[in-house]
Amino acid sequence: MVKINGKELDITGKTLADYLAATDYDPKRIAVERNGEIVPRNQYSKTVLADGDRIEIVSFVGGG
Amino acid sequence: MTRALEERQGVKLQEKFASAVAAVCGLGGLGSNIALSLARAGIGKLILIDFDQVDVSNLHRQQYKASQVGAYKTEALTACLKEIAPYIELETHTVRMTEANTVALLKDADVICEAFDNAECKAMLVNIVLEQMPSKYLVAASGMAGIDSANLIQTRKVMERFYLCGDEVSEVSEAESLLSSRVMLCAAHQAHMVLRILAGEFES
Repeated sequence: MVKINGKELDITGKTLADYLAATDYDPKRIAVERNGEIVPRNQYSKTVLADGDRIEIVSFVGGG
Repeated sequence: MTRALEERQGVKLQEKFASAVAAVCGLGGLGSNIALSLARAGIGKLILIDFDQVDVSNLHRQQYKASQVGAYKTEALTACLKEIAPYIELETHTVRMTEANTVALLKDADVICEAFDNAECKAMLVNIVLEQMPSKYLVAASGMAGIDSANLIQTRKVMERFYLCGDEVSEVSEAESLLSSRVMLCAAHQAHMVLRILAGEFES
Protein backbone atom coordinates (compact mmCIF):
# COMPACT_ATOMS: atom_id res chain seq x y z
CA MET A 1 0.00 0.00 0.00
CA VAL A 2 1.08 3.54 -0.71
CA LYS A 3 0.00 6.41 1.51
CA ILE A 4 -0.84 9.57 -0.43
CA ASN A 5 -1.87 12.65 1.58
CA GLY A 6 -2.81 10.36 4.45
CA LYS A 7 -4.90 7.95 2.36
CA GLU A 8 -3.83 4.31 1.84
CA LEU A 9 -4.01 3.38 -1.84
CA ASP A 10 -3.40 0.06 -3.60
CA ILE A 11 -1.11 1.45 -6.32
CA THR A 12 2.24 -0.21 -5.53
CA GLY A 13 4.26 -0.64 -8.74
CA LYS A 14 2.62 2.23 -10.59
CA THR A 15 4.69 5.29 -11.45
CA LEU A 16 3.95 8.63 -9.89
CA ALA A 17 3.09 9.96 -13.37
CA ASP A 18 0.55 7.12 -13.84
CA TYR A 19 -1.08 7.95 -10.53
CA LEU A 20 -1.21 11.68 -11.27
CA ALA A 21 -2.70 11.08 -14.72
CA ALA A 22 -5.64 9.30 -13.10
CA THR A 23 -6.35 12.22 -10.76
CA ASP A 24 -7.39 15.86 -11.10
CA TYR A 25 -3.93 17.14 -10.15
CA ASP A 26 -2.33 19.54 -12.63
CA PRO A 27 1.36 18.53 -12.76
CA LYS A 28 2.30 22.18 -13.39
CA ARG A 29 0.76 23.27 -10.08
CA ILE A 30 2.12 20.69 -7.67
CA ALA A 31 5.14 19.73 -5.62
CA VAL A 32 5.54 16.09 -4.57
CA GLU A 33 7.35 14.79 -1.52
CA ARG A 34 8.21 11.12 -1.18
CA ASN A 35 9.34 9.84 2.21
CA GLY A 36 10.47 13.33 3.19
CA GLU A 37 12.34 14.14 -0.03
CA ILE A 38 11.20 16.26 -2.98
CA VAL A 39 10.58 14.29 -6.18
CA PRO A 40 12.14 16.30 -9.04
CA ARG A 41 9.55 17.20 -11.66
CA ASN A 42 11.42 15.39 -14.43
CA GLN A 43 11.38 12.18 -12.39
CA TYR A 44 7.59 11.66 -12.06
CA SER A 45 7.49 9.10 -14.89
CA LYS A 46 10.55 7.26 -13.51
CA THR A 47 9.39 7.17 -9.89
CA VAL A 48 7.89 3.75 -9.19
CA LEU A 49 5.73 3.73 -6.07
CA ALA A 50 6.90 1.14 -3.56
CA ASP A 51 5.01 -0.59 -0.77
CA GLY A 52 5.11 1.61 2.34
CA ASP A 53 5.91 4.85 0.48
CA ARG A 54 4.51 8.00 2.04
CA ILE A 55 3.67 10.60 -0.59
CA GLU A 56 2.60 14.16 0.07
CA ILE A 57 1.26 16.18 -2.86
CA VAL A 58 0.99 19.93 -2.38
CA SER A 59 -1.29 21.54 -4.95
CA PHE A 60 -1.06 25.29 -5.35
CA VAL A 61 -4.03 27.55 -6.03
CA GLY A 62 -3.81 31.07 -7.46
CA GLY A 63 -3.86 34.25 -5.42
CA GLY A 64 -1.32 36.40 -3.70
CA MET B 1 16.61 52.34 16.20
CA THR B 2 18.51 49.18 17.08
CA ARG B 3 18.06 49.97 20.77
CA ALA B 4 14.33 50.53 20.29
CA LEU B 5 14.02 47.15 18.59
CA GLU B 6 16.16 45.45 21.23
CA GLU B 7 13.96 46.85 24.00
CA ARG B 8 10.85 45.44 22.35
CA GLN B 9 12.11 42.15 20.94
CA GLY B 10 15.09 41.33 23.16
CA VAL B 11 18.79 41.59 22.29
CA LYS B 12 19.24 37.94 21.30
CA LEU B 13 16.30 37.88 18.92
CA GLN B 14 17.26 41.25 17.50
CA GLU B 15 20.79 40.07 16.72
CA LYS B 16 19.42 37.06 14.85
CA PHE B 17 17.02 39.21 12.83
CA ALA B 18 19.64 41.87 12.08
CA SER B 19 22.10 39.35 10.66
CA ALA B 20 19.52 37.60 8.48
CA VAL B 21 18.82 37.81 4.76
CA ALA B 22 15.29 37.06 3.55
CA ALA B 23 14.14 36.97 -0.06
CA VAL B 24 10.61 37.95 -1.07
CA CYS B 25 9.61 36.58 -4.49
CA GLY B 26 6.69 38.62 -5.82
CA LEU B 27 5.76 41.99 -4.32
CA GLY B 28 1.98 41.90 -4.56
CA GLY B 29 -0.57 41.39 -1.79
CA LEU B 30 1.56 38.81 -0.03
CA GLY B 31 5.05 40.10 -0.77
CA SER B 32 4.51 43.78 0.00
CA ASN B 33 2.98 42.88 3.37
CA ILE B 34 5.67 40.29 4.17
CA ALA B 35 8.42 42.80 3.39
CA LEU B 36 6.89 45.46 5.65
CA SER B 37 6.54 43.04 8.56
CA LEU B 38 10.11 41.79 8.21
CA ALA B 39 11.48 45.33 7.88
CA ARG B 40 9.62 46.40 11.03
CA ALA B 41 11.10 43.43 12.88
CA GLY B 42 14.61 44.63 11.98
CA ILE B 43 15.66 42.06 9.38
CA GLY B 44 19.16 42.97 8.18
CA LYS B 45 18.65 42.53 4.46
CA LEU B 46 15.79 41.88 2.09
CA ILE B 47 16.10 40.64 -1.48
CA LEU B 48 13.02 41.95 -3.31
CA ILE B 49 12.07 40.48 -6.69
CA ASP B 50 9.20 41.51 -8.99
CA PHE B 51 9.01 42.46 -12.67
CA ASP B 52 5.72 44.34 -12.46
CA GLN B 53 4.55 47.92 -12.00
CA VAL B 54 1.97 49.17 -9.50
CA ASP B 55 -1.50 49.15 -11.05
CA VAL B 56 -4.57 50.92 -9.72
CA SER B 57 -6.18 47.47 -9.26
CA ASN B 58 -3.43 46.57 -6.78
CA LEU B 59 -4.29 49.25 -4.24
CA HIS B 60 -7.09 47.29 -2.59
CA ARG B 61 -4.67 44.79 -1.05
CA GLN B 62 -1.06 45.74 -1.71
CA GLN B 63 0.96 48.19 0.37
CA TYR B 64 1.30 50.86 -2.30
CA LYS B 65 -0.14 54.36 -2.63
CA ALA B 66 -2.18 55.95 -5.41
CA SER B 67 0.79 58.23 -6.08
CA GLN B 68 2.91 55.15 -6.88
CA VAL B 69 0.72 53.80 -9.71
CA GLY B 70 2.99 53.15 -12.69
CA ALA B 71 6.17 52.77 -10.65
CA TYR B 72 8.00 49.45 -10.53
CA LYS B 73 6.99 47.58 -7.38
CA THR B 74 10.64 47.10 -6.45
CA GLU B 75 11.11 50.88 -6.46
CA ALA B 76 7.78 51.75 -4.83
CA LEU B 77 8.32 49.22 -2.03
CA THR B 78 11.88 50.43 -1.51
CA ALA B 79 10.48 53.92 -0.86
CA CYS B 80 7.95 52.55 1.67
CA LEU B 81 10.53 50.40 3.46
CA LYS B 82 13.11 53.17 3.72
CA GLU B 83 10.58 55.36 5.52
CA ILE B 84 9.96 52.62 8.08
CA ALA B 85 13.44 51.12 8.43
CA PRO B 86 16.05 53.53 7.04
CA TYR B 87 18.98 51.25 7.86
CA ILE B 88 17.68 48.08 6.23
CA GLU B 89 19.79 46.75 3.36
CA LEU B 90 17.75 46.18 0.20
CA GLU B 91 18.71 44.27 -2.95
CA THR B 92 16.11 44.66 -5.68
CA HIS B 93 15.69 42.78 -8.94
CA THR B 94 13.12 44.05 -11.44
CA VAL B 95 12.92 40.80 -13.38
CA ARG B 96 10.56 37.90 -13.94
CA MET B 97 11.77 34.80 -12.09
CA THR B 98 12.40 31.83 -14.38
CA GLU B 99 13.93 28.37 -14.23
CA ALA B 100 17.14 29.97 -15.50
CA ASN B 101 17.64 32.85 -13.04
CA THR B 102 16.01 31.67 -9.79
CA VAL B 103 19.01 29.99 -8.15
CA ALA B 104 21.31 32.95 -8.85
CA LEU B 105 18.77 35.47 -7.53
CA LEU B 106 18.24 33.58 -4.27
CA LYS B 107 21.76 32.36 -3.50
CA ASP B 108 22.38 34.83 -0.64
CA ALA B 109 19.05 34.31 1.14
CA ASP B 110 18.72 32.43 4.44
CA VAL B 111 14.95 32.18 4.10
CA ILE B 112 12.90 32.45 0.89
CA CYS B 113 9.27 33.60 0.72
CA GLU B 114 7.18 32.50 -2.24
CA ALA B 115 4.66 35.32 -2.72
CA PHE B 116 3.51 34.94 -6.31
CA ASP B 117 -0.08 35.23 -7.53
CA ASN B 118 -0.02 32.55 -10.22
CA ALA B 119 -0.30 28.88 -9.18
CA GLU B 120 2.12 27.59 -11.82
CA CYS B 121 4.72 30.19 -10.83
CA LYS B 122 4.30 29.16 -7.18
CA ALA B 123 4.88 25.51 -8.06
CA MET B 124 7.87 26.36 -10.26
CA LEU B 125 9.62 28.32 -7.51
CA VAL B 126 8.89 25.75 -4.80
CA ASN B 127 10.16 22.88 -6.95
CA ILE B 128 13.33 24.72 -7.97
CA VAL B 129 14.21 25.70 -4.39
CA LEU B 130 13.50 22.23 -2.97
CA GLU B 131 15.34 20.45 -5.80
CA GLN B 132 18.33 22.73 -6.22
CA MET B 133 18.71 24.70 -2.97
CA PRO B 134 18.15 22.12 -0.23
CA SER B 135 19.90 24.17 2.47
CA LYS B 136 17.41 27.06 2.21
CA TYR B 137 14.27 27.51 4.26
CA LEU B 138 11.19 28.10 2.13
CA VAL B 139 7.88 29.64 3.20
CA ALA B 140 5.20 29.48 0.50
CA ALA B 141 1.52 30.40 0.34
CA SER B 142 -1.56 28.82 -1.21
CA GLY B 143 -5.23 29.64 -0.68
CA MET B 144 -6.26 33.01 0.73
CA ALA B 145 -8.99 34.24 -1.65
CA GLY B 146 -12.58 34.96 -0.71
CA ILE B 147 -14.41 35.85 2.47
CA ASP B 148 -14.14 32.52 4.28
CA SER B 149 -13.07 32.48 7.95
CA ALA B 150 -9.78 34.07 8.94
CA ASN B 151 -9.23 31.08 11.20
CA LEU B 152 -8.78 28.71 8.25
CA ILE B 153 -5.51 30.40 7.30
CA GLN B 154 -2.71 28.41 8.90
CA THR B 155 0.98 27.52 8.72
CA ARG B 156 1.86 23.90 7.99
CA LYS B 157 5.29 22.29 8.01
CA VAL B 158 5.30 20.19 4.84
CA MET B 159 8.95 19.13 4.81
CA GLU B 160 11.96 19.75 7.03
CA ARG B 161 12.64 23.18 5.49
CA PHE B 162 9.40 23.84 3.63
CA TYR B 163 6.42 25.60 5.20
CA LEU B 164 3.07 26.37 3.58
CA CYS B 165 0.68 29.12 4.70
CA GLY B 166 -2.96 29.60 3.68
CA ASP B 167 -6.11 27.49 3.65
CA GLU B 168 -4.73 25.55 0.62
CA VAL B 169 -8.08 25.61 -1.22
CA SER B 170 -9.49 29.14 -1.73
CA GLU B 171 -8.48 30.05 -5.26
CA VAL B 172 -8.97 33.32 -7.08
CA SER B 173 -11.92 32.93 -9.45
CA GLU B 174 -14.85 34.92 -10.78
CA ALA B 175 -16.73 34.09 -7.60
CA GLU B 176 -13.85 34.64 -5.17
CA SER B 177 -11.61 37.67 -5.30
CA LEU B 178 -8.84 38.69 -2.96
CA LEU B 179 -9.63 40.71 0.14
CA SER B 180 -6.90 42.77 1.76
CA SER B 181 -7.62 41.42 5.24
CA ARG B 182 -7.37 37.74 4.31
CA VAL B 183 -4.30 38.24 2.11
CA MET B 184 -2.66 40.15 4.97
CA LEU B 185 -3.43 37.28 7.33
CA CYS B 186 -1.63 34.88 5.02
CA ALA B 187 1.28 37.31 4.56
CA ALA B 188 1.50 37.70 8.34
CA HIS B 189 1.65 33.91 8.69
CA GLN B 190 4.54 33.85 6.22
CA ALA B 191 6.43 36.74 7.82
CA HIS B 192 5.92 35.27 11.28
CA MET B 193 7.19 31.87 10.16
CA VAL B 194 10.30 33.56 8.76
CA LEU B 195 10.92 35.21 12.14
CA ARG B 196 10.30 31.92 13.95
CA ILE B 197 12.78 30.11 11.70
CA LEU B 198 15.39 32.80 12.39
CA ALA B 199 14.66 32.49 16.11
CA GLY B 200 15.19 28.72 15.90
CA GLU B 201 11.52 28.00 16.60
CA PHE B 202 10.34 25.37 14.16
CA GLU B 203 6.81 24.10 13.85
CA SER B 204 6.37 20.40 14.58
